[in-house]
Amino acid sequence: MRRAMLAVVCGLFVMASAKERPADPQGGATITGKIKFTGTKPANPKIDMSEEPKCKAKYQTPPTEEIVVVNPNGTLANVFVYVKAGLPPSYKAPAPAGAVTLDQDGCRYHPHVLGIMVGQNLEIKNSDGILHNIKAKGTKNRPFNISQPAIMTSTRTFTAPEVMVPLECNVHGWMHAWLGVLPHPFYAVSGADGSFSIKGLPPGTYTIEGWHEKYGTQTATVTVAGSETKTQDFTFAGK
Amino acid sequence: MNRVGPLVGVLIAVLSASPTVRLCGQDTTAGKKVYEKWCAGCHGDTGAGDGPAAAHMLPRPRNFTGAVYKIRTTASGQLPTDADLMRAIDEGLPGSAMPAWKGRLSDAERRDVMAYLKTFSSFFADTSQHVAALKFSSAPAGGTDPSALKEGRRFYEDSIHCNKCHGDQGRGDGPSAPTLKDDAGFPIYAADLHENWRFRGGGTVEDIYHRLRTGLDGTPMPSFSDLIEQKFLTDEQLWRLAQYVRSLSPARTPEVRDVIHAPRAAGPLPAAPDDSAWARVDRYWFPLVGQVIRKLRWFAPAVSGVWVQAVHDGKAVAVRVSWDDRSQSPDTAWLGFERRVRETVAGDDSGASAETDRWPDQLAVQFPRRIPEGMERPYFLMGSETDPVYQWRWTSATRGGRAVAGLARGLERFDTLPAAPASGAVYDHGEWRVVFTRSLATPDTANELQFATGRAIPVAFFAWDGSSGEKGTRMAVSSWYFLALDQPTPSRVLVTPVVAMLLTLGLGIVVVRRAQRRQA
Repeated sequence: MRRAMLAVVCGLFVMASAKERPADPQGGATITGKIKFTGTKPANPKIDMSEEPKCKAKYQTPPTEEIVVVNPNGTLANVFVYVKAGLPPSYKAPAPAGAVTLDQDGCRYHPHVLGIMVGQNLEIKNSDGILHNIKAKGTKNRPFNISQPAIMTSTRTFTAPEVMVPLECNVHGWMHAWLGVLPHPFYAVSGADGSFSIKGLPPGTYTIEGWHEKYGTQTATVTVAGSETKTQDFTFAGK
Repeated sequence: MNRVGPLVGVLIAVLSASPTVRLCGQDTTAGKKVYEKWCAGCHGDTGAGDGPAAAHMLPRPRNFTGAVYKIRTTASGQLPTDADLMRAIDEGLPGSAMPAWKGRLSDAERRDVMAYLKTFSSFFADTSQHVAALKFSSAPAGGTDPSALKEGRRFYEDSIHCNKCHGDQGRGDGPSAPTLKDDAGFPIYAADLHENWRFRGGGTVEDIYHRLRTGLDGTPMPSFSDLIEQKFLTDEQLWRLAQYVRSLSPARTPEVRDVIHAPRAAGPLPAAPDDSAWARVDRYWFPLVGQVIRKLRWFAPAVSGVWVQAVHDGKAVAVRVSWDDRSQSPDTAWLGFERRVRETVAGDDSGASAETDRWPDQLAVQFPRRIPEGMERPYFLMGSETDPVYQWRWTSATRGGRAVAGLARGLERFDTLPAAPASGAVYDHGEWRVVFTRSLATPDTANELQFATGRAIPVAFFAWDGSSGEKGTRMAVSSWYFLALDQPTPSRVLVTPVVAMLLTLGLGIVVVRRAQRRQA
């Protein structure tokens, strides 16, 4: 235990500059792809922020929720893609010392979908300087619900893998974010170009799952060897 | 051995296969029996909070499978201690359907059932999840001083912004209140801080401080412990906030008294709802319950009770009824909440549709048509065809809140009478204050109650919160109470006892003197 703490402390010094994402393991294989979207793009509900003039002032046009974000190139953002199965039972990954940041800015969460490793710090930042509460409603992890009435940062960790832990603010009923908690670093979130990339995989056959808050999950099986890169696209259909 | 061996084997197999094994001296097998008899009706056989009665309740019974508990002494999100669970079982959760079981079940039964309900979640079996209670400081002195309350108010309003949900005056009517849901997605009311006897975890200043530290897990109410660690506020300041919240409720839990005494006013009757004279008139608390006798039944009344004051001047009587209501219905901000309440609280018969409408708030004050000579009174639930009741009805839909009077002949029929009481209404930060004024005597002696001083006049109350889906038989009701208009005290009532005392004293002196003289 003491040794583990020492390792974490050392890690903090070494990796003080670590970014949000866990450090990509050296070498290994890569699975990359695009999240395609077909069908009709639904309209996201408009958010009435008149209760919070400070937040409202941050938008030129009325803000909306981010339930379905279709990119200009027709791909789907905010899909959490991760290795669901296939890692050897002996595989162990220590939690990175760098924290993952969730920011509350303009009465919305940034990012809207994010991943974290078991034991890694989640830094919850209130950049708005108005009252937010942040509630985590996991079922495999213990929940929490804390108040942030001003510009401040609070830190929490998660003890068990869980896809996904819903996060919400009850002062602003429209604020939702989704957190994927995993025991390994093999996950990504599709971005503004709809692409994702999972790097540093040991050779093997993996079940890859893509999760979307409205359209549910899709899985694929991908086998990789050495340091090769394989492409695996997913397609979600609007209803 | 040959005969016993297999039996032992079976026993071991059963014990290890079933979750109902002994742990830490708590008997979960015995607990299961208690649970199935007393708890499963609401909490469900599998502990998922889905027993047969659950669908009628708001708040819903606890779902034990997630091990998420509102009332704890542990940090936000942590498992409760055994003592926390015992407290909920022993004392119940005020303001909900959960009764206190101390006195109903034996000590052993309560301990056993507590052990059993922990088997519904794997979190309790994981000892790494067990935590100790938080170390709480004790309340700083001077908690009712104006300076302390002022500081508490500052945190309530400007710093922590409790008003966002609990409202400016603490009646659960803040701007975020209509959007609130619990973790299961059911609508949840921000607590009305003026009714501390309904706080789930108790209404003392310590209880309030503990809830501020721990939060109420599974609800929107967060923990404020981090703010002390982050030096956003001090522990003492959090106590000041608790003391301010405590100050919003009466110093003592209101006692339900049977008789409303209406004093005789010296000056003119206070006919306006905010006449300062009302501050000098005693107020009486009457709890209301859901109307569960006639269809459609209503198990989740939004109005928990009414405060009643009455005063008369020998010619007329004024009655002021005040009650907490989170919305001035019809209120479009609450339409979504109303819809969710209607979807959550099952109708008992019709499969009541989840239609919503912009219904008003309503109040009815009920009297018999005549002051009864004996104990016979009309049926309390709005009389009957043959024995109607005389009612004053007020609704927020009519601007200015003009009331009407009429005869109710059961729940279905209300015949408006030509003469109405004078009335006035004010909605102020989550509270309605409605005043009715009427002459004691009226020409229509057949239909209208003729008020008389010195008599016990039966009276009952009904309230509806339109924004909680209340209308018609979906309402909150009281039973019969009494209104007594004080008689002017005749001068002989004051003089006679004085004369009697003087006579007794004089006689005493004479007797003693005589006895002393005889001894001498």
